[in-house]
Amino acid sequence: MSTRLSSGGRLVNRSATCEFTFNGKRFTGFEGDTLASALLANGQTLMGRSFKYHRPRGVVASGAEEPNALMGIGKDGKFEPNQRATTAELFDGMQATTQNHWPSLELDVGAVNSALPRFLPAGFYYKTFMFPRPFWKHVFEPVIRKSAGLGKAPKDRDVDRYEHFYAFVDVLIVGGGIAGLQAALTAGASGARVLLVEQTAAWGGRAAVDGVEIDGQAAGEWINNTIQELKNMSNVRIRTRAMGAGVYDHGYSLVYERLTDHAPETGGPRHRLWRVRATQIITATGAIERPLSFAGNDIPGVMLASAVRDYVVNWGVSPGDRTVVVTNNDDAYRTALALLDAGLSVPAIIDARADVTGDLPQALRARGVDIRTGTGIATVKGGKTVAGVSVCAQAGEGAATDEIACDVVAMSGGWSPVVHLWSHCGGKLIWDEDHAHFRPDPDRAPVTHDGTAFVRTAGAAHGTMSTLDVLDSAAKSAIAAVEAAGFKATQHDLPLTNDVVEAPMSPVWMMPQGAGPAKRMKMWLDYQNDVKVSDVMLAAQEGYESVEHTKRYTTLGMATDQGKLSNINGLATLAIALNEDIPQVGTTTFRPPYTPISMGSIAGEARHDVFQPIRRTPIHEWHEAHGAYMEPVGQWRRPYCYPRNGESHDDAVAREVLATRQSLGLLDASTLGKIIVKGPDAAKFLDMLYTNMMSSLKPGKCRYGLMCNENGFLMDDGVVVRLDDETFLVHTTSGGAEHTHGHMEDWLQCEWWDWKVHTVNVTEQWAQIAVVGPNARKLLEKLGADFDLSAEGLPFMGWSEGKLGGFDARVFRISFSGELSYEIAVPASQGRVFWDALHAEGAEFNATAYGTEALHIMRAEKGFIMIGDETDGTVIPQDLGLGWAISKKKEDYLGKRAQERSHMTDPKRWKLVGLETLDGSVLPDGSYAVADGTNANGQGNTQGRVTSTYHSPTLGKGIAMGLVLNGPDRMGETIQFNKVDGSTVATKIVNPVFYDPEGEKQNV
Amino acid sequence: MLILECPYCGVTADETELAAGGEAHLKRFGPGSSDEEFEGYLFHRQNPKGVHFERWRHANGCGKWFHAARCTASLEVFATYTAQIAEPPAEVIAAIRAKRPDWSPE
Amino acid sequence: MSKASALMGARSDGATMVEEMGLRGMITVKGDLSDIDLKNAVTGTSGLDFPAQRQISTVEERALAWMAPDELLLLCPHDEADQMVATISRHLAGQFATVINVSDARAMFRVSGPDAREVLAKLAPVDLHPDSFGPGEMRRTRLAQVAAAIWQSDDDEFLVVCFRSVAQYVFDILSLSAQDGSDVGYF
Repeated sequence: MSTRLSSGGRLVNRSATCEFTFNGKRFTGFEGDTLASALLANGQTLMGRSFKYHRPRGVVASGAEEPNALMGIGKDGKFEPNQRATTAELFDGMQATTQNHWPSLELDVGAVNSALPRFLPAGFYYKTFMFPRPFWKHVFEPVIRKSAGLGKAPKDRDVDRYEHFYAFVDVLIVGGGIAGLQAALTAGASGARVLLVEQTAAWGGRAAVDGVEIDGQAAGEWINNTIQELKNMSNVRIRTRAMGAGVYDHGYSLVYERLTDHAPETGGPRHRLWRVRATQIITATGAIERPLSFAGNDIPGVMLASAVRDYVVNWGVSPGDRTVVVTNNDDAYRTALALLDAGLSVPAIIDARADVTGDLPQALRARGVDIRTGTGIATVKGGKTVAGVSVCAQAGEGAATDEIACDVVAMSGGWSPVVHLWSHCGGKLIWDEDHAHFRPDPDRAPVTHDGTAFVRTAGAAHGTMSTLDVLDSAAKSAIAAVEAAGFKATQHDLPLTNDVVEAPMSPVWMMPQGAGPAKRMKMWLDYQNDVKVSDVMLAAQEGYESVEHTKRYTTLGMATDQGKLSNINGLATLAIALNEDIPQVGTTTFRPPYTPISMGSIAGEARHDVFQPIRRTPIHEWHEAHGAYMEPVGQWRRPYCYPRNGESHDDAVAREVLATRQSLGLLDASTLGKIIVKGPDAAKFLDMLYTNMMSSLKPGKCRYGLMCNENGFLMDDGVVVRLDDETFLVHTTSGGAEHTHGHMEDWLQCEWWDWKVHTVNVTEQWAQIAVVGPNARKLLEKLGADFDLSAEGLPFMGWSEGKLGGFDARVFRISFSGELSYEIAVPASQGRVFWDALHAEGAEFNATAYGTEALHIMRAEKGFIMIGDETDGTVIPQDLGLGWAISKKKEDYLGKRAQERSHMTDPKRWKLVGLETLDGSVLPDGSYAVADGTNANGQGNTQGRVTSTYHSPTLGKGIAMGLVLNGPDRMGETIQFNKVDGSTVATKIVNPVFYDPEGEKQNV
Repeated sequence: MLILECPYCGVTADETELAAGGEAHLKRFGPGSSDEEFEGYLFHRQNPKGVHFERWRHANGCGKWFHAARCTASLEVFATYTAQIAEPPAEVIAAIRAKRPDWSPE
Repeated sequence: MSKASALMGARSDGATMVEEMGLRGMITVKGDLSDIDLKNAVTGTSGLDFPAQRQISTVEERALAWMAPDELLLLCPHDEADQMVATISRHLAGQFATVINVSDARAMFRVSGPDAREVLAKLAPVDLHPDSFGPGEMRRTRLAQVAAAIWQSDDDEFLVVCFRSVAQYVFDILSLSAQDGSDVGYF
């Protein structure tokens, strides 16, 4: 049984206890514990259930690679599922719950899957749920969905805060073990700007646990001294709890800093995502120990040898009383030594190698430990805990020679460098026969913007294992990095280390070598996703040769740990099954992030009110204060309508339309795009930009224009105002100002760069208010102007400027409603006061603020098109009966050539008409006009579609516009439009101008 | 996440300050052009694995369009240069040839 | 008549403070920046030095910033802007140049306090290390999702200009980034 040792634990503070709960049970740990070490200290070895078979699982590892011990931590707005107990730092009050079981961790009904593994082999889902087809939707999918997923998604809104930080450095060093520290020392000495990040809370990596000595100092002392030295360098920044998550193009990299996970009651952001741009990156990310594939290697108590000694040395925790070590290398003997030093029992070391002669094994022999060479584990005995192991010859098929009672198995299959960050941006790997692992190939490094290498490796991540080589590789990589970044490096003297002679390891991909099918079905490769040796072999047998295909077929390495433990063992198994060499089979692709990062950190500040920028007009607060129901128009928020006293939106809209048509309406039109186009060639430029002629527009006048892209499709529309000979004011749609301005600049900068034209986007300089209705002029006259407001002095499509009621105003007499109408621009700083003045002076005319829906209805009553309703990026002006706005005289304009293409001139293009249902109802949005017959897919043919549809309060019936085949030639004809319920509605094709077709209202 | 130096304001800009504008040096065909010419102008684009000429705009910056010569495979940037030019200047061609001796302009 | 800036001088509390600075005169000048007449018109009217690429020259309430190879931004007291536009325009009559009052299209903020530099570094993809970015440089970039221009006006003080419509957004993200307890300790 696991327990806390009476002494030891270099990372825990035994004077500071932390109370925490595990599935509601109260436990005690120490400050410095991880959740995993605290659970082991409390005798809790069962920590989760596997995904597919719901097998009981204990902790295997002690760090980021942990596949089993996934928990939900926290509650309510601070709950997060799928956190690794090995990386979650314990704090007082922590609440942890296990997941993926029902009804409880100890008794899980889903474990019945485990009794039937022969029925759930690789590809089971693909093979089983294909037929009969209706079963998928009604039977299989609902059942599978119910059992899918690991932890439960949080129910409450995340109460924490997150942020980003942009840092620009010469050298980013990822990993704070002795390699990273040495690299930072060397790089820092050059004066380069250095950022060193370490994913855990502690510096130094494995060195202290492994008993490393550097220059006569114990590792811990050297680490502390080095940290102090680095802190004294003004050009070096060091951060713990900061994981290098990903490396991307041109030195961009993400660092995931966990600020308050270990102390959730502290203020400030929970996570900070550093968006680092580094000239050079050094990955000192260490190595991960590999499990061994033997039968029963997933029973709780079977752990990585390095993890066993981490728990003993770092946290003063004994994973069990009797530990059998099983290995193919010398390093695992350090675990046996650590256990003996802690007073624990090591009944045997099972070493697959025939010859075991290194310094470490000799030390163990000297202490009387039973070392069994050339042997392996035939099977692990036990269910929810390890009871013992049966031993066999490694070379045979697994006939057991004897049994050894134990409660922990410490396994080591060798070490694999953490190559993830090296590989993210294209760094290539080579197979190292001596260590049986892939390591970075320095000749094929990721390259940056100038084509030179920008990622280098140090220490175990480089593939080096001895302390001396680790420090040497770190210093060399740091020197290369700072020189590549333009700094002068100082040479580094190699330190003295206490390295021992280690004998070569010997690759072991299956234990015993000749294990039969029954054993292979119990050899786990991927613990989290329940993928076994037998599954990979089956995949190979069924023809999966590519490692990428095998991965997807078996789900090997596809769990949240992304195969940190299973990757090499899995592809070695595949290689054996395919009778190929491991490098030939290759690895799957490493993709960021290294371990999962929070969604909150990715969003950063972009949540709640600042999820996206909301653009506000100078009158926005009035709208909100007057109960406006707002709708998004691009990033603007515009009032849709202003419901009063519990009015429905429909009633409010109807009231606003009628008040405007009968007397006076006011619209905040400030969102309309306004672009100044100025210069000797401005008129020529606008002639190219618009389909109609703008050069003939006289100063003092306004003209409606259409803008197309080179594809010929309508892009934007609006009123162009000629301010003087060389200056135009272009109005665009509300959502189209930035795009249109960009479009202008594109053509001016990239095609007609010798034309003398300036553009300035002045959209927000002006508040613009539409004063609309029969009493519009009266209101302006009441305000008083120092310019002529009469019908003759300021005629339709004219403009004037001057003082209006004391405001600096530019008045355009234009109409989008068919009424007598003025759009009045005042500087934005005067906008709100001007709006208030219009309401105050307009009270006697029942001045009514109206929103976008009333605007839409009034324009539809007049048959005016709306960009985005009548157009959808496939509509040309000719489709909309706007031929009058297309100049025949101009040789060229943007879109002209495209509009000559055969498809554009096809008489069968659907054309704009008005639509009126015979029963007066409102046509459904998006409705299609049905035609006889069916198309090649058996779908009903269509002959038109609705583009705008409203109830007209003015006319008391439904009105619509649509595009219909030969529509303008079919006036008065009745056709059928479909409805959502499958029926159709009889609809008459009519003139799209429903209201005041002669234009008498606006010309007064 | 590229970085490109804007030749107009001299800023080494993060990709998030920039807007991509597709293939560079297209020749505009307007009214009077043949269907083939117009089709090529409007629709046909290179998609090379290797050297490519592109349009970029320093949108969150000085607002200027510029050109970039770039390797689409390695993401190596050979040069950024003015937008007011109909084809890559000789020094850009030379910079590419220096790094990609086998490449030649079409 | 009272004139309103976007946020009427809103400010956030904390060790690092964010304030909307009220209305400021701003004039966009476009033209050939190498042209001596243009230089004389702008410097003569404003009394400011002509800025080099990406530079800003400041004297009290007035400042002149290089915005693009053909564009300057002149800052001045809000009630001087119209007069300045008229004066510069008169000097440049007949030339291909554009002078426009854009004061009301903008909002301006002051971020001040010990972590002001860090607050901006949380939002802008720009190297703001003191060795790389100091007084005198005007940087057009983005703050989170909107365009902005930033420059250092004093030891622990930076100024920000953005479009008026997104003033609330910019104020909110600056204030959020400046909250006490979120200092990075990087610069």
